[in-house]
Amino acid sequence: MRIGLFATCLGDTLFPEAVRSTAVLLARLGHDVVFPPGQTCCGQMHVNTGYQREPLPLVRNFAEQFGDTSIEAVVMPSGSCAGSVRHQHEIVAERYGDAALRSGVATVKAKTYELSELLVDVLGVEDVGAYFPHRVTYHPTCHSLRMLRVGDKPLKLLRAVDSIDLVELPEADSCCGFGGTFALKNAETSTAMLQDKMRNIAATGAGVCTAGDSSCLMHIGGGLSRIRSGTRTLHLAQILSATRTSPYVPTEAVR
Amino acid sequence: MSSTFLGMPAPPPRSPYGTGNLRGDRKFPRAAHDELRNEQLRRNLGRATRTIRAKRLDVTGELPDWEALREAGSAIKTDTMNRLPELLEQLERKVTEHGGTVHWARDGAEANEIVARLVQETGSSEVIKVKSMATQEIGLNEHLESVGITPYETDLAELIVQLAHDKPSHILVPAIHRNRDEIRQIFLKEIPGVDPGLDNVPAHLAAAARAYLREKFMTTTVAVSGANFGIAETGTLSVVESEGNGRMCLTMPDTLITVMGIEKVLPRHQDLEVFLQLLPRSSTGERMNPYTSLWTGVTPGDGPQNFHLVLLDNGRTAALADRIGREALNCIRCSACLNVCPVYERTGGHAYGSTYPGPIGAVLTPQLAGMHAAKGDPNSSLPYASSLCGACFDACPVKIDIPSLLVELRHQHTEQAGATAEKLAMRAAATVMKHPKLFTAAQKGAGLGRVLGGRDGKISHLPPPFDGWSDSRDTAAPPKRTFRSWLASAEGAATMRAAADEHRRNEKDGKKEEDA
Repeated sequence: MRIGLFATCLGDTLFPEAVRSTAVLLARLGHDVVFPPGQTCCGQMHVNTGYQREPLPLVRNFAEQFGDTSIEAVVMPSGSCAGSVRHQHEIVAERYGDAALRSGVATVKAKTYELSELLVDVLGVEDVGAYFPHRVTYHPTCHSLRMLRVGDKPLKLLRAVDSIDLVELPEADSCCGFGGTFALKNAETSTAMLQDKMRNIAATGAGVCTAGDSSCLMHIGGGLSRIRSGTRTLHLAQILSATRTSPYVPTEAVR
Repeated sequence: MSSTFLGMPAPPPRSPYGTGNLRGDRKFPRAAHDELRNEQLRRNLGRATRTIRAKRLDVTGELPDWEALREAGSAIKTDTMNRLPELLEQLERKVTEHGGTVHWARDGAEANEIVARLVQETGSSEVIKVKSMATQEIGLNEHLESVGITPYETDLAELIVQLAHDKPSHILVPAIHRNRDEIRQIFLKEIPGVDPGLDNVPAHLAAAARAYLREKFMTTTVAVSGANFGIAETGTLSVVESEGNGRMCLTMPDTLITVMGIEKVLPRHQDLEVFLQLLPRSSTGERMNPYTSLWTGVTPGDGPQNFHLVLLDNGRTAALADRIGREALNCIRCSACLNVCPVYERTGGHAYGSTYPGPIGAVLTPQLAGMHAAKGDPNSSLPYASSLCGACFDACPVKIDIPSLLVELRHQHTEQAGATAEKLAMRAAATVMKHPKLFTAAQKGAGLGRVLGGRDGKISHLPPPFDGWSDSRDTAAPPKRTFRSWLASAEGAATMRAAADEHRRNEKDGKKEEDA
């Protein structure tokens, strides 16, 4: 399948390893990964902070970059960005766009998937041939869980990983407290939510907390680093792309 | 040519500024700052909301048609809002036919005056009250006191709040922020003639309140109630409660005055079938509500002989006029969204500054009272008091899409706020991000952020407005290479080629195995 990869602005700039793992994983599964070079950002931060006029050019750019009919599916290693493309681009296009944009947005929306959705629903694979001999707990990020309804797809993928010790996270469904600019505008409430999340992660004894969103992991990982926890955060794609021949090697400074 | 000036179209009025309880005196982050420091509050709230959450999941999970019920509730409410004027007129007609009197109040001040006048006409200087969000919203107790009428709250939690000279912090459990020791202290100090040896056993505390209230029920001739539902078809009003205090207020006095928000009307009696299933399961996690009272006008020789219904607008028409905001009026005040909200769980209800706290409060309060009535209006901070996690939407029995409404209110706020530093920054970010070349340059700039990182590559301090983030979170210094530059590099190309080759090898091996 010819799959368009959207790196997301955050992934491209700050978490390239999660995007790299996504690309490598899909190539290893036999797919043609294309990276439209004009891509930048989906505009989610703008919309969630209350700006719908400003991200119009971003929505337009996204629809243009991935509108190519040779691209059969668009994937991104982020539940919240997929949620933005699926649920917010339409709102912006309806309010400030023209007919061409509205139709472009609808076309791209229909073929947009978050990584676990693409793997399980579209490509029909649960065992991606990964090897990851560590104790791992999974945090279902809010937008994956409730905006996209990915359900247990990430867990199905993780359960199929060779040698993994997958442990359940208590109160997994509760928000980690990131929420984009919420973490800045209501930093103290965000921190209070993070503290409970970290306590639950510690209770699992896992060495790795994984999720499908680099942004939530940036928040959780930043908190774990501050308290000098031994647990690090890792994007789901990084676990799924690790194999016996190319195992996961920790490199990031902040866990 | 002749022309008639019809006047400029004016939007419907919001709840007037400075009256009632739809606005706090501080913005949410500032109020939350203090509440978050109250360890006792956080423990009380955490325990209480966890318990209610689990109960609710149990009893909603056991209904095979729960989702269909939610769908029905949402549809009935949407239909109601779409023809609210005709339904309200029908309700008025039916109440009047059955011997009641209907009063229309544009806002809280008018409603307060109507109720005070009606009480004064009875000659009583006391009223008993069943818990009512509408009268809390308009500050009726304070108004009655100002004209020499003493209101007695008869709902146990509401009584605790009243005796403590406090404000409710939850829609359903107004004293959720208090534990039994605090309640004992309040009773000892405020209930006249209470046993000085009163301990903190819940049954003993309830008995003390009961003895106090029983005397009020027997001697007070006027009651004020709210209404959970008003049935247009029959003129029937309904109050749903758990302790029986409502039943006392609704049956024993000579005069009953009900204050009802205009959005509480339902078209048909049969609609109660849906809502009397949705409400108790969503709010208290009970299969059936303990005390459900229904009354239609007056019945000679039975119950109150004078019945007044005050229909309260107070910003509801303004909310109704908002294409998107009218969805918030579907709320049946069950409080399920509060109990699942991670923000409410940490800050409690007082941080929201309004009678309506939590996720639905963050939507409803700015809808009713506006968010730009004054410079730096505290209500303008409410739409941002959410991480948009969406738990409220899942829990809502009438399927109000609260996260989307919050995003919409944020948009309305930024559109009305004019040019702010944030807007300029958002615009600048969008400009950079719409040009891939500028974006790549900005990524290089981000790479320079590596200098902020210490030897371990961690950034521990950031300048404002990011300092709130770095107070509790480290940030990794940006990596040397972005994804796109890696992909364009020889190393990236080689890695991707190797991955594709691996697939081809695996396929071949798979074929061989199949052949063998």
